[in-house]
Amino acid sequence: MTAASYDVVVVGAGIVGVACADQFARRGMRVAIVDRDMVGAGATAAGMGHIVVMDDSEPQFSLTRYSQTLWQGLRLELPDDVEYEQCGTIWIAADDEEMAEVWRKREYYNKRGVPTEVLDAQTLQRLEPNLRPMAGGLLVPEDAVLYPPCAARFLSERAQAHGAKFLLGDSVAQIGQGRVHLSHGLQLAAEVIVNAAGAYAPDLTPGLEIRKRKGHLVITDRYPGFIRHQLVELGYLKSAHSVTSDSVAFNVQPRRTGQVLIGSSRQQGAEHREVDNEILVRMLKRAQEYIPDLMQMSALRTWTGFRAATPDKLPLIGPWPADKSLFLAAGHEGLGITTSLGTARLLADHITGAKPEIPIEPYLPSRAAKVEVHA
Amino acid sequence: MLSEIIVTVNGVPVTVPSGATVTTAVLLAGKACRTSVSGEPRGPLCGMGICFECRVAINGKPHCQSCQTLCEQGMEVRTDE
Amino acid sequence: MSREVRQRFDVLVVGGGPAGVAAAVRAAEAGVRVGVVDDNVNLGGQIWRGGPEHEKETSAAGWISRLRASGATILCGLRIFHQPEAGVLLAEGHDDLHVLSYTKLVLATGARERFLPFPGWTLPNVTGVGGLQAMVKSGLPIRGKRVVIAGTGPLLLAVAAYLREHGAEIPIICEQASWSSLARFGVALFGQPGKIAQGLQLKRQLAGIKFSANSWPLAVHGKAAVEAVVIFRRGQTEAIACDYLACGFHLVPNIELPLLLGCQIQRGYVRVDDYQRTTVQEILCAGEPTGIGGVELSLAEGQIAGLVASGQMTEAKKLFGARNRARYFARSLDRAFRLRSELRRLPSPDTIVCRCEDIRYSRLSRHTSWRSAKLHTRCGMGPCQGRVCGTSTEFLFKWNPDSVRPPILPVRVESLAAMSSELDLECSGVSGGHK
Repeated sequence: MTAASYDVVVVGAGIVGVACADQFARRGMRVAIVDRDMVGAGATAAGMGHIVVMDDSEPQFSLTRYSQTLWQGLRLELPDDVEYEQCGTIWIAADDEEMAEVWRKREYYNKRGVPTEVLDAQTLQRLEPNLRPMAGGLLVPEDAVLYPPCAARFLSERAQAHGAKFLLGDSVAQIGQGRVHLSHGLQLAAEVIVNAAGAYAPDLTPGLEIRKRKGHLVITDRYPGFIRHQLVELGYLKSAHSVTSDSVAFNVQPRRTGQVLIGSSRQQGAEHREVDNEILVRMLKRAQEYIPDLMQMSALRTWTGFRAATPDKLPLIGPWPADKSLFLAAGHEGLGITTSLGTARLLADHITGAKPEIPIEPYLPSRAAKVEVHA
Repeated sequence: MLSEIIVTVNGVPVTVPSGATVTTAVLLAGKACRTSVSGEPRGPLCGMGICFECRVAINGKPHCQSCQTLCEQGMEVRTDE
Repeated sequence: MSREVRQRFDVLVVGGGPAGVAAAVRAAEAGVRVGVVDDNVNLGGQIWRGGPEHEKETSAAGWISRLRASGATILCGLRIFHQPEAGVLLAEGHDDLHVLSYTKLVLATGARERFLPFPGWTLPNVTGVGGLQAMVKSGLPIRGKRVVIAGTGPLLLAVAAYLREHGAEIPIICEQASWSSLARFGVALFGQPGKIAQGLQLKRQLAGIKFSANSWPLAVHGKAAVEAVVIFRRGQTEAIACDYLACGFHLVPNIELPLLLGCQIQRGYVRVDDYQRTTVQEILCAGEPTGIGGVELSLAEGQIAGLVASGQMTEAKKLFGARNRARYFARSLDRAFRLRSELRRLPSPDTIVCRCEDIRYSRLSRHTSWRSAKLHTRCGMGPCQGRVCGTSTEFLFKWNPDSVRPPILPVRVESLAAMSSELDLECSGVSGGHK
């Protein structure tokens, strides 16, 4: 059987995969994208859609900030159903200790050109009257929210308009050495294969250190104006950044519909999709500590999803050392919606030899020690 | 069973028989129950707690299913929130 | 946090309609501890709805008074939304939370009307057929109102009779089924003396009302509410002035709870064996969820389920004959009132299909699955959780429904937050993440 031949085959039609397909197609390459499901059906559908600048590490900051500016640039093109809203994030400080962190964070952001505003208790109360009185917070006004499934669909349509071919509903059995084998027997030949399979990337690329981190979300009925910014607790800094234990954090989002999205949780080693009562209860009680009135709101749905977590909490973007045809765009943990655009640009720049706007080195898969070389 | 109950719908008093649901009070007041997300007036559809078209605010609490709630003396019902 | 009530039952029955009441009666009369839980304010389900003043129907009054005398605990106004662990259901009340433990569970969750979208169907005073009856039973004055009744199924006739008795004027009943399939249905009834009597009785009550087969609604006109309905009849369109259009296309089973509990579904209905046992141990099912069949089938299945749940297998077996005869009727119903394919063409591109989120037909017709439509348009993502539009799109586009997750009905966040109250969690000092 003659294999259909492409310049690039992207495996995984989540937001990262479709963003990559879009970038390659726009640069004139012949692109195919394959997924066992529809566009944006996995972590993309489960995620909050918070376009946020983060400062856990310098590379994380660079990629999130770069990506955020790309989203801003795209803003006018986004269809209405993407529901892009620049509502801003408020990092909530519960006490004086966390208020010190507000000032540190402000310093960090300001040095790097990200506008912020420190909110005292009163101002915070005025901006978010349903929040229990708190010490204060840091407003990051350029952060935004969007509805991820429609954002992914928009990117996929743009990729298609540039000639990308979508092969959906067929799972991938094997990738490597310039070949993508679909489980129904079809083979695709590609100069470049991009593994963008998220939490499932290691199934196709053994040796890849990506683990599933399960998350829960709850969405309410419509309560317009109940909250006005994405509200996230700073409290997580008190405890170490645990990558081993289960955790919850107060993280709620106002949807453009007036609905409130309530998060968040992180679990290691939970492989089943069902809601875990214990963690859901912990998550909601955490939210209650910040917004007591949330408890009286009508909850419409709960769901879970799997983040693709790497040991050092940075995504894997670039060539996989064991196979020169294979590239990675995976391991985005909870930031895949934000960093999809930056990831796609970096990878496309790297492959086409264009000069990247931020250095790709911190995200290169070669940094991961456990690389099995075959071939 | 002869007793009557007075509730208000958007501030206007409505008298209903005892045992009447809030849906009945809203319909007697000549009101739609809610405005849909694209701005259409909506009244009750299923009458049995399935469709959620009969949602109103009761005593300040939004999104209450009026067909599943019995009228109580002095209840404040709003369809315009 | 709201008050929490804990109760434990040998047999817990979900649903207070005929099947649930019959199950509870037969189990409770054997002396086991029985609870009946229903989300409506009164017992009786949809068919016996309305509380004591409406229990005129002899079988309803008999069964409900028997239930009251049986010692079963009656829990109305509670909405079951989750099973946090095997043998425990959570139910939300107006201001409390009920933790209901059971040894055996009987699911008698009933059915709802199927609604189909057509231009104007979202106008106020377009209601379900059973829906309008329920509203009248709850105090809506109908005397002197003109009510067009349309759709399909035996409910059209029963409700027409009821509304007329309460003073409504019925300009016409439009039944989408053909005369020939209705005639076959008539033939199927010969084995059912009770049904024939019921039919004859209705015939008297319906005398003089125009009844049209091969007829269905095309559009509703009106500004703030219904003013007229355009129907298709005898190959032509006809506008009829009215105050209400009561419109429903037969019934669909409420299988969300059985699905949540893992019961196997076969061709849209809960799969049960001769003893009404589902594929999940300790869980039985009776009434409409096992197949739409009306009161007699529900009573037979309910009794069997109640008897089996309380260990009375021999007694249960005695009812197999009655149940199987009633099932024959049920199968004839499905055949007679099968939806004609023309109804798929009723919506225009801008007709709203999902009433919670106002999603129009043209946005849905691009999608190839319910999940895709849900995810990309928000169809079915509102508070009804797709109970209305999921059922209609199943017919319109032949989409398969999705899996169910807790809560199976919207509940207060605090009720979800109580889901594992057994564990008495210590929540302070939890480590956090972000996002």
